[in-house]
Order: sequence, then C-alpha cells, then structure tokens
Amino acid sequence: MLNEEHEALRQSVRDFAREVVAPVIAEHYEHHTFPYDVVRQMGKMGLFGLPFPEEHGGMGGDYFALCLTLEELARVDSSVAITLEAAISLGAMPIYRFGTDEQKAHWLPKLTSGEALAAFGLTEPGFGSDAGGTQTRAVLDGDEWVINGSKAFITNSGTDITALVTVTAVTGVAPDGSKELSTIIVPSGTPGFTVQPGYSKVGWCASDTHELTFEDCRVPAANLLGERGRGFAQFLRILDEGRIAIAALAVGLAQGCVDESVKYAKERHAFGKAIGDFQAIQFKIADMETRAHTARLAYYDAAERMLAGQDFKRQAAIAKLYASESAVTNAREATQVHGGYGFMNEFPVARFWRDSKVLEIGEGTSEVQRMIIARDLGL
Amino acid sequence: MNIVVLVKQVPDSGAERNLRTDDNTVDRGSASNVINEMDEYAIEEALRIQEAHGGEVTILTMGPSGAAESIRKALSMGPDKAVHVVDDALHGSCALATSKVLAAALGTLNADLVLCGAESTDGRVQVLPHMLAERLGVAALTGARKLTIDGSALTIERQTDEGYEVVTAQTPAVVSVWDTINEPRYPSFKGIMAAKKKPVQALSLGDLGVAPSEVGLDGASSAVVEHSKRPPRSGGQKVTDEGEGGVKLVEFLATEKFV
Repeated sequence: MLNEEHEALRQSVRDFAREVVAPVIAEHYEHHTFPYDVVRQMGKMGLFGLPFPEEHGGMGGDYFALCLTLEELARVDSSVAITLEAAISLGAMPIYRFGTDEQKAHWLPKLTSGEALAAFGLTEPGFGSDAGGTQTRAVLDGDEWVINGSKAFITNSGTDITALVTVTAVTGVAPDGSKELSTIIVPSGTPGFTVQPGYSKVGWCASDTHELTFEDCRVPAANLLGERGRGFAQFLRILDEGRIAIAALAVGLAQGCVDESVKYAKERHAFGKAIGDFQAIQFKIADMETRAHTARLAYYDAAERMLAGQDFKRQAAIAKLYASESAVTNAREATQVHGGYGFMNEFPVARFWRDSKVLEIGEGTSEVQRMIIARDLGL
Repeated sequence: MNIVVLVKQVPDSGAERNLRTDDNTVDRGSASNVINEMDEYAIEEALRIQEAHGGEVTILTMGPSGAAESIRKALSMGPDKAVHVVDDALHGSCALATSKVLAAALGTLNADLVLCGAESTDGRVQVLPHMLAERLGVAALTGARKLTIDGSALTIERQTDEGYEVVTAQTPAVVSVWDTINEPRYPSFKGIMAAKKKPVQALSLGDLGVAPSEVGLDGASSAVVEHSKRPPRSGGQKVTDEGEGGVKLVEFLATEKFV
C-alpha cells in the first residue's frame, strides 16, 4: 500500500525509535524530563521539517510522511511522538500556512530543523473544543498588541528551545456580533508572558506541557498571524489536519501494544506452556491487531483525501475517534496480557496504558468527533 | 577527495540466520537482508570527510540483484552514486575471489580512499581490506576507531585489545573501520527521495575482465563441506563453595585453558 519512499521512511524512523528512543525514554518518563538529546537527533534526521518544502528548510515530504513517522515513533513512545506532532501540526504549520513571507523566513528554518520548537495556544482553563468561549484578549495599542489571559495544556510551550507560542485571542467583535478571533505570535521570553510550572500528568510524562499566562504582554502589531478575524477559520483547519496526525499516533500506540503482547505471550509460561498458546490470550491479541489495522486504514484514507484536496473532515474525525478508542482498548488488553508486570512502570505497556487515555481527549474529545461526524451526516 | 565505500548486503544479524542445505552458502531467504552494520559506519565516515573536504562518495557493492535494495538505502544516507557488481557466476565466491572482483571494479573508479567496515556480520573473516590493499598495491589502515586527514596524509587510531595504535599512510589507501568511529546518520526523507535519482551502474564480470572460473563456488579457495546447527547451550558446570570454591574455579579455568 505504501510507495517505496514512504516505506523507506517508515523503516528509517522505526530503526531510530528502537535504537535511539527506546533505550532512554523510560528514564525520562519516570523523572518527567524532556528528552533534548532525542529531539536533537530527530532534528538531525529532518523529522521536524518533514511536510514542509525545502525552501523553508523542510524535507519536501507530505502530511502522510509525517503520519507514518508519528505512527512508528508512538509504537515505541508517545511522549516523543506528541512532541513532534505538536511541533509540526500545531507549532510550525500555522506559520507555514498563514504567515507572511517575513514571518516564514524568520521562524521556519529554526522550526523545520528542530533547533527550535513552536507551540499553539488555543485551549484555555475555562474552555476547550468550544473555541467561542475564548477569554484571552488582545487589544491594539499603537503598533503593539497587548495580550491578557491564560492558556491551558500547551504542548512544547516551556522547553529550553521553545521559540514562540501562537496564541488565539479575542481582538474585537465580528460583523455578526460574535467574537472576532485572531492569532498572534508571542516569542518566548516576551515580558508579561509567563510559562507556569509543568503539570503533573498521568501520561506523556516526557513531553512538555504548561499553563501560560499573559499579563499586559506586548508584541509588535506585525506579529498578527494571517488576517485579523480569521483565527476561528485558521484553527479549524489546523485541528482538522491534526486529527489525522493524532489518529496516526494512536495507531502507533495500538500497534506497540500488539508488538509487546506478542513478545510477552511467547516468553511468559503458565500451567506448563507459553501463555500465547492459550486461546484466551491469542484472541485478545488477534482483536488488538484487528483494531490497530482497521484504525490504520481509517487514517490512511483521511490522509489520502486531504492530500488529494478532497473534503476530509468526517474521515479525519472517524480516524481520530476509532484510533484513539482502539489505543485505549489495546492498552488495557495489553496490560491484562502482561498481568502484574503490566502494572509496573518499567514495562512499556504500562506507559502505553497511561499514555492512551489522553488520545480520547486531546485535539477534540471522542464526543466532539462524534458531533462532527453526526453534523456531517446532516444531523 | 574521491572516496569509495564498500557496502555488503548481509542477512540481519539480529534474526535467525541459516545456510543453504544444497551448497552451504548463506540462505538469503532465511532472514531479512540489510546493509552490513559496520559498513554503515564506513558510509558515515565518508560523508563526514566529504562534508569537511569536498569530493565524491561512491558506493561499491558486489552481490546478487537483491542487493540493490541495500544500495538504495546506502544512497539515501547521502553518497553520490553507486556501482553494483552483479553476476550469477559470483554466487559462493570466497574472500580471495571477492577481493579480486572488487579490486577490478576499483580499477575503474580512481579512488583516493577506499573505506569499508572492519568485518561483515556473515563471513566475519576480516581479511578483505588487507587482500584488497595488496591487490591494489596501496596501504591498508585497518580497524580504525578514528581517522584524520591532512592533505594526502591519513592517520588512524587502530583499535586493539589493549588500547590503540597510531598508524599513518598516504593516499591512496584502504581504511577499515569499527563501530567506535562515529554514529551513523538515519536516512532523512529528503535523502530517501534523492536516492531514487542517483545513478547506479551495474557491472558484470565481463565488464571487469574477470573470468567466471576464477570466482564463485568453483573458483573458491576454500570450501564448506558440511554444516550443522549450533548445539543448544548445555547447563554448564556448577561449583558449590564448601571452603574450596576458589581452588575449584581456578582448576576449571586452567583445565579449559582460560588462564
């Protein structure tokens, strides 16, 4: 199904995940540290530039190449995968899609090389998918935006190499009386922009997530990303694409559960034989493989439609919904196959179990995906 | 600097590998075929030299048509082009014959530096770099853990059991490397896309002026008469310490000639 180049990329990332990520990630996860060295090496092999053109320092690949990469990374570890996903889909992509030539020339080379990370500040403490609830405000004062408000659960926002956060803010009232939303680039270190201490998370423990606060934070008027008042349309596009990427990441986790379970079922003996000889275990793993495979087909389909320029909203929501729920189910079952060891953090499936739940929440909850699907069916 | 890197396709050393029952050669269908691990370090070293000193990097492979996949992967790391010596008559060639064929191919490439892995994970004889240097009449700097270049002067740190030796030579030369020399890069997507367009020249024995009778199973200087599976590990010998455990251990080590 994959062409030769995509297959070669998949293999290259798979080798990287096993040889570079796997040996160090448990340690980072346990101590909640950000894997700078892994990220540096990901940058060296061009992963942060995957879907961007070469003129911006990218690899000239497509979004599908990114999804395959996320799948192979998440097969070993989700923290590293979400770091890449957020850096590209949420960090660099808005600048690439909506930025001016100056903004692109200034930020993209650093971002596509992985030398710097960008974050996307949409969610707030008081609202998530209901983006109309945005409270953060930006007021134009002379030639500066003055931003006040806070953002929650922002990935990659507080690393040593975070260069900027794009922030959605209310900038006025739209002609129809609703809030006018715009997106503004806030470079790290801007006075008035505070990165709060990292959250204590259930999973994704080696990824960087913070609450951000803005108190009379001033940035140049030229930091407006794209047109004023287009914030809503911008992040809808970003979120639609991002769903395919999250689906790919979820498929990776679901497949990683199969990998680990097959291995363990052959090693572990009970009642005189390998537990993989028991049908109870075989059927569990067969069902896990079925879910991973089916979810993969769903995201391949959504990605293919997107790349062909077709409408992909429903398919992306289906892929995200099915893949994330498959990931949660597979992680639960893989933990069960591992018995007591599955409850020990040193086993990869324990990490998978902890990492899986957020997939049903981040970038649109399962409920929101169902709303999107139902709405697209005319309900 | 014109660099040629020797790349061999081998069965994955991480998988269970077998020999063929009909002619005792490597069963290429028994495990997935990959670039010999040590050769990846040679490719990386060549690319670093190219980045620092310019020049061209060429991959040279002798192997069946299926080796094209490994050549493509090698090219995706960054080298400029490849030469693939492919000929049915080469099947079962010994190290001596392989060195003859590679020397002939190198004769067409005008290399300042030939880089290769210190050993392959299938044959593991480690003699090819020396044989090749001898046939080419150039220096052999083998088992390098470090290589520095100053004009035409090459200096290596040759890894030994005790430490290392410093060995120098002038180009042209053959340098073999261990996996301590660098950390090979992973192919990037740009590299993978670019590799598709890089030239791969196929050469037959006829092109190189080597007679089929000099190579292959019939021309081999050694023959594998038979093979069998390695016996499973036995339980070993347990020494229980009842006051004289130390003496028993020493006796065991002496009997087995470990000390």
